[in-house]
Amino acid sequence: MNKLVSSVKEAVRLSGLKDGMTISFHHHLRNGDFVLNMVLEAAAELGIKDLTVNASSLFEIHAPLVEHIRNGVVTGLETDYMSGTVGRAISEGVLAKPMVFRSHGGRPADIESGQSPIDVAFIAAPTSDNMGNCSGKYGPSACGSLGYAFADAMYAKKVVVITDNLVDYPLHDFSIPEIYVDYVVQVDRIGDPAGIVSGTTRITRDPVGLVMADYAAKVIDASGLLKDGFSFQTGAGGASLAAAKYLKDIMLRKNIKGSYGMGGITGYMVDMLNAGCFQSLLDVQCFDLGAVQSIRENPAHMEVSASHYASPIAKSAAVDSLDVVILGATQIDTDFNVNVHTDSNGYIMGGSGGHSDTAAGAKMAMIIAPLSRARLSIVVDHVLTVSTPGSTVDVLVTQKGIAVNPARGDLREQLVAAGLPVVDIHELKARAEKLTGIPRPLELGDRVVADVRYRDGSIIDHIYQVRS
Amino acid sequence: MRRSMLFLPGNNPNMLQNGDILGADAIILDLEDAVSPDEKDAARILVRNAIRTLDYQGCEIIIRINAVDDTGFWKEDLDEVIPLKPDLIMPTKVSGAEYVRQVSRYMEEVERRNGMEPGTVKLIPLIETTLGVENAFEIARSDPRVVAMFLGAEDLTADMRCVRTKEGSEIAYARSRMVSAARAAEIDVYDTPFTDVNDDEGLVADARLAKSLGFSGKASISPRHVSGINQVFSPTEKEIAYAREVLAIIEEAKAQGKGAVSLHGKMIDKPIVTRAQQVLAMAAAIGGGVQA
Amino acid sequence: MKLNRSAAAGTLESSDIYVQAAPGKGQVEIQLESIVYQQFGPSIVETIRSVAEGLGVTDAVISAVDRGALDCTIRARVETALKRAAKEA
Repeated sequence: MNKLVSSVKEAVRLSGLKDGMTISFHHHLRNGDFVLNMVLEAAAELGIKDLTVNASSLFEIHAPLVEHIRNGVVTGLETDYMSGTVGRAISEGVLAKPMVFRSHGGRPADIESGQSPIDVAFIAAPTSDNMGNCSGKYGPSACGSLGYAFADAMYAKKVVVITDNLVDYPLHDFSIPEIYVDYVVQVDRIGDPAGIVSGTTRITRDPVGLVMADYAAKVIDASGLLKDGFSFQTGAGGASLAAAKYLKDIMLRKNIKGSYGMGGITGYMVDMLNAGCFQSLLDVQCFDLGAVQSIRENPAHMEVSASHYASPIAKSAAVDSLDVVILGATQIDTDFNVNVHTDSNGYIMGGSGGHSDTAAGAKMAMIIAPLSRARLSIVVDHVLTVSTPGSTVDVLVTQKGIAVNPARGDLREQLVAAGLPVVDIHELKARAEKLTGIPRPLELGDRVVADVRYRDGSIIDHIYQVRS
Repeated sequence: MRRSMLFLPGNNPNMLQNGDILGADAIILDLEDAVSPDEKDAARILVRNAIRTLDYQGCEIIIRINAVDDTGFWKEDLDEVIPLKPDLIMPTKVSGAEYVRQVSRYMEEVERRNGMEPGTVKLIPLIETTLGVENAFEIARSDPRVVAMFLGAEDLTADMRCVRTKEGSEIAYARSRMVSAARAAEIDVYDTPFTDVNDDEGLVADARLAKSLGFSGKASISPRHVSGINQVFSPTEKEIAYAREVLAIIEEAKAQGKGAVSLHGKMIDKPIVTRAQQVLAMAAAIGGGVQA
Repeated sequence: MKLNRSAAAGTLESSDIYVQAAPGKGQVEIQLESIVYQQFGPSIVETIRSVAEGLGVTDAVISAVDRGALDCTIRARVETALKRAAKEA
């Protein structure tokens, strides 16, 4: 049996890809990914039209996708997160039918349940053998975890592995086994390492970010959740990482042995693991070289699939056991609904990722954001896009005060008792607007360009076309 | 109550609008070294608007003005900011009593021009030359506006023709001289910033040294250092407990008409009582003590 | 106040505004580019106009590139630019 084929174009042809089908991609190569562009170019050359692209995330490097949309090669788009040129083009209405946003947990759930079937999955693999046993931990384009690719590999009708590091059979320590793989293609480069993982993720030196991080760590300390067995997720943003550093200091000082750290993993979480703050890391995505090295070498640093991470239909997922998650926001409203999809001018610049999944699962979901950005209050009456419902958000930390969801009176009391600057969220909004002035409401078009699906599959909001 | 004083560059809107959340007891809005000569006009107008509009929530406002020289920048600085009633003006490169009086006289002129009570705005001279150090006591007593002095070691060590080190043995004399002069004149005295913004442990050690020498507090050029300085210059819970004991036993002695009092075998005299009162006043101002 | 030359103040950094001022053609003409144009455009133009009026400037071309500056910053930068432009050429 020979799965090796000579080119991406040949693999596309052999996979039986036809007009109107759905193809999928993972985003572990982030802004260094060559594979999505490679496959679409091959499909375009073969004259295939009307494809739906289901990618777990899209970045600036995927800008050529816009041209494939204009040419009719791609007519449908589904993703969990999207930044850069593609997001702007979608906001301006380049795609005729609304695209679909899911969460990182909702995506594999919909793939597994058959809600969003995939015809051909193209899996970028930093290392593979000729039968398709593959891993992200090794090779010149190493990205660490391949967590987002599991559902695609297991449920797509055809699976093509694309690698730039073909090794002898069998690859030891594989992530995705050959049993799911139809074809293997070797190419020169699957990605640009500089865009895949950053060298070292650094904590912020911005004083405002450090003040927020200090408050965030103190809120966790005061919440009653910080004790032996503690589990924690934080983002890779500067203030979130600084919060993790301050939290580490508290855990070491109080000799607290946590259970697991999770999420997109950075060197800072690895440091916490190595310092004994956690028993293990559950890693769905590596952000820097420190994380990649750790997942390769340390058995306590474990790769998990997106379903295991966050699926709402799994019998249980790791988010369900999470104590605390620190999350960002572009806007939060006075009902604690959070927007991470659109910027203040209505342009798509992000997406849920694991935001709504972890907020739903964690005992305390904390939003950390500066009270205003570029003369715009972070706290508004109504968010432009509901990404995460306010019922799942517990506390907002800004540099000018901390607001607790009224449903969490217990938490509010704990924070007040700890001497933290707790204020009503309406008061935070008033403080911001005293500085910024009151903005005119944004005017958007009538056409829906994106449906935002909550993790349970329901449509939680629509995103409208921007006015040019 | 002033433990920490944080420098903020006068021509940076982003820093100015977050000056209130950085934890400093006082912020120093800098029109001098942090502003290039061709941006002096922009900075003083920006700083004037910032203190007019923004709410610094109880944080003391200090304006560092340009040195008295023939550019006349220092007068233009005072023209713009005095009408906004900042708490303190920090004149730089102060060499002697007459220098302070010259600044004070012009402040009075601006105060009168703006219908303000003369003497409203106070002074914290920055001493950063060898001549200034030698004249520290006369500077401290030069004018009723002078409520504190501040040692700047970067320029001073250049003037001394020596290298500024982290350990600071080269400024040991200047530090002690400044503390002695300030205490003799009954004003506060502030230590030079620790300049390695990445060395948190070094900062705490340097602040502890300053406290042990008698400084009232310490300045910082980095927001990251503020909490360390506040921590060091706050009374500890142990100090607060002792101060309470001292005042209680004094009250008791008064009630019983006793003259000499002792606590844990040590005579309690006037300086100890004064110190106890200072500790409790500071603890009240910051809402409690810190762990030792 | 009469403008004698072209001058600028401010920066293109976040929370700042870069303002250029020059003698005009008999009236105050204002051009604005802003990252918060949709939310604050007319109010920023109004602020710039009021600073010019307050300084007695009746003849100027003022163009500004705003990076989300607060009102007090806008006022400071416009005042600085106008005063610089009023100096002898």
